[in-house]
Amino acid sequence: MLTIKNLHAEVEGKKILKGINLEIPKGEIHAIMGPNGSGKSSLASVLAGRDNYEVTEGEVWFNGKNLLEMSPEDRAREGVFLAFQYPVEIPGVSNINFLKTAVNEVRAYKGLPQLEAKEFLKLTKEKQQLVDFNTNLMNRSLNEGFSGGEKKRNEIFQLAMLNPSLAILDETDSGLDIDALRIVSNGVNKLRDAEKSFVVITHYQRLLEYIVPDFVHVLYNGRIIKTGTKELALELEEKGYDWLKEAEHQKESV
Amino acid sequence: MMNSNEIIDDIANKEYEFGFTTDIEMDIAPPGLNEDIIRFISAKKNEPEWLLEWRLKGFQAFKKLKFPTWQHFELPELDLQSLSYWAAPKQKKQLNSLDEVDPELLATFDKLGISINEQKALTGVAVDVVFDSVSVVTTFKTKLKELGVIFCSFGEAVQEYPDLVKKYLGTVVPASDNVFAALNSAVFSDGSFVYIPKGVRCPMELSTYFRINAQNTGQFERTLIVADDESYVSYLEGCTAPMRDENQLHAAVVEIVALEKAEVKYSTVQNWYPGDKDGKGGIFNFVTKRGICKGANSKISWTQVETGSAITWKYPSVILQGDYSEGEFYSVAVVRNKQIADTGTKIHHIGKGTKSRIISKGISAGHGDNSYRGLVSVGPRAENARNFTQCDSLLIGNQCGSHTFPYIESRNKSAMIEHEATTSKIGEDQIFYLNARGIDTEKAVALIVNGYVKEVLNQLPMEFAVEAQKLLSITLEGSVG
Repeated sequence: MLTIKNLHAEVEGKKILKGINLEIPKGEIHAIMGPNGSGKSSLASVLAGRDNYEVTEGEVWFNGKNLLEMSPEDRAREGVFLAFQYPVEIPGVSNINFLKTAVNEVRAYKGLPQLEAKEFLKLTKEKQQLVDFNTNLMNRSLNEGFSGGEKKRNEIFQLAMLNPSLAILDETDSGLDIDALRIVSNGVNKLRDAEKSFVVITHYQRLLEYIVPDFVHVLYNGRIIKTGTKELALELEEKGYDWLKEAEHQKESV
Repeated sequence: MMNSNEIIDDIANKEYEFGFTTDIEMDIAPPGLNEDIIRFISAKKNEPEWLLEWRLKGFQAFKKLKFPTWQHFELPELDLQSLSYWAAPKQKKQLNSLDEVDPELLATFDKLGISINEQKALTGVAVDVVFDSVSVVTTFKTKLKELGVIFCSFGEAVQEYPDLVKKYLGTVVPASDNVFAALNSAVFSDGSFVYIPKGVRCPMELSTYFRINAQNTGQFERTLIVADDESYVSYLEGCTAPMRDENQLHAAVVEIVALEKAEVKYSTVQNWYPGDKDGKGGIFNFVTKRGICKGANSKISWTQVETGSAITWKYPSVILQGDYSEGEFYSVAVVRNKQIADTGTKIHHIGKGTKSRIISKGISAGHGDNSYRGLVSVGPRAENARNFTQCDSLLIGNQCGSHTFPYIESRNKSAMIEHEATTSKIGEDQIFYLNARGIDTEKAVALIVNGYVKEVLNQLPMEFAVEAQKLLSITLEGSVG
């Protein structure tokens, strides 16, 4: 599904990613953890195609296609979905109109006809129930005046509507209370299937109690320094990152 | 892959699509502004003596008035002596059906996307087309006549209904109001006249399409709308002009009179040629539009979508004289390239219990400069007057300008005046967010812009709203999916 080879990227001349290698097969959930500033969100941005990031080296292959050569909208249409850490507010554009445009753009790209209003509403209703999304938020301006939790739930709702093959959740748990966290995680678990892969970026082990990963990677200083199974997350929770950081620095100084 | 700045530049620099000219033999007067040309125009139009005198008075006023200096842009030097004040298609016999119209002219309308045939058949809109000063075709006249509605060219009204014209002409915008209104009064060529009799609700939208064709002619049309007691009319005005390197002046006057319990809705979609991307050429759109709610419980509503012209400079206003009368102003003004807009409204609350609502949405792209200027005045008699004003500015890119000049003058303690203003920018992060959901940048901009202007476009009659949205998407490329 997704293959990242020796990926290097920088922002305004500052090196952020320094050789990431990662293989994510179909149907798996991979968690990416790491301390602040380690490059977790940058990796998400690079994969989604944010244009202030410059890829200086490396390759990213998605379902056999060169992801880095695609525009952000084409990546989305190919099936890459980024759930934003900070969803953007767009006044005047209703949530439903935005979703309809997005769904139909993706369909047009795949050569599918536009959804009729009736079918679209049916789909909306179905997904709304699936991820427990408040109907009142449908006709409001996109994310405008939404609480932090509502914004995150809107991301998961969009994920359900667009049904991508790869979903990247960028610190979706940040700013959520325990109830919201449970709702968001339930949504993700319901969307989970053998065809879909997830990259779950998080600071805390807590989210991984709800969304159980197949693998956990630790990102530090722009590189993946350790990979393990879900037990690694527990170990990190207990011991913090310092022991890994120290090991990394020792390696560097040798 | 274009980044969003490049796309925005591209959109902002897109060429004008209505820049064609029509080759029709024209009857053009020599350039110059003097009493002789005014007499010439008046004679050409077979006008009665009182109207010639009215024009000459206008000219006297014009000579005394000076060009304003308070506007937020540099007024280009206008050489009014180099303009020709009369241009009419030569063929000018009475027309009974569309078949008799010059095919070239019909082709022009087709290019404009307002095929009269189609409009006649599909939308039931009555269209009065002003083509370089002379009204060519008026459709649906018969049907309207049955109801007593008068909808005809100004010239025709002068011949057929001189008493009505004489009674109301210049009562809302006097010739001495401002230099451009005075100029118009002296040399106005044609325009539209509407009278809705007592108790009649005009069953269709009345529509006029203005288009400037000949080179070096100014267009000075004059519209007068009178809505008698308890009547209703919705009036639409659309404008385009061909591409020219020289600037052309458009100094129109619109007067609206609403009597007791009458309601007039006036909608404009203005797409005059804006000049090229370096600011060469384009229309100077210096128009005086004003309505008076003369009777109690009357209402006048202005809606404008201004996407064209090198300079748009106008303030459609309402004088709320009748008690409990209402005035509204809804505006979208778009500037890009080097376009300038200094527009807004003036609402004068005179009667008691008068209400007004102002919603202004400015959009600036490229090197465009957009100003909202508005005056809300409340007189001593206007007990419990209410006003709500919202003026928003949207910036696209970082080289455009947006300014707001709200003036409030209240001389009554019971008045309640509210003013809200916001400035926002289409941010890179907004565009990226939409990109990341599969929406390309062009569509993303259109989605945001359409969302932003929705409140105003909703005020337009259906078919016009569609046209306005199309225009916005031509102007800013892309449309809502």
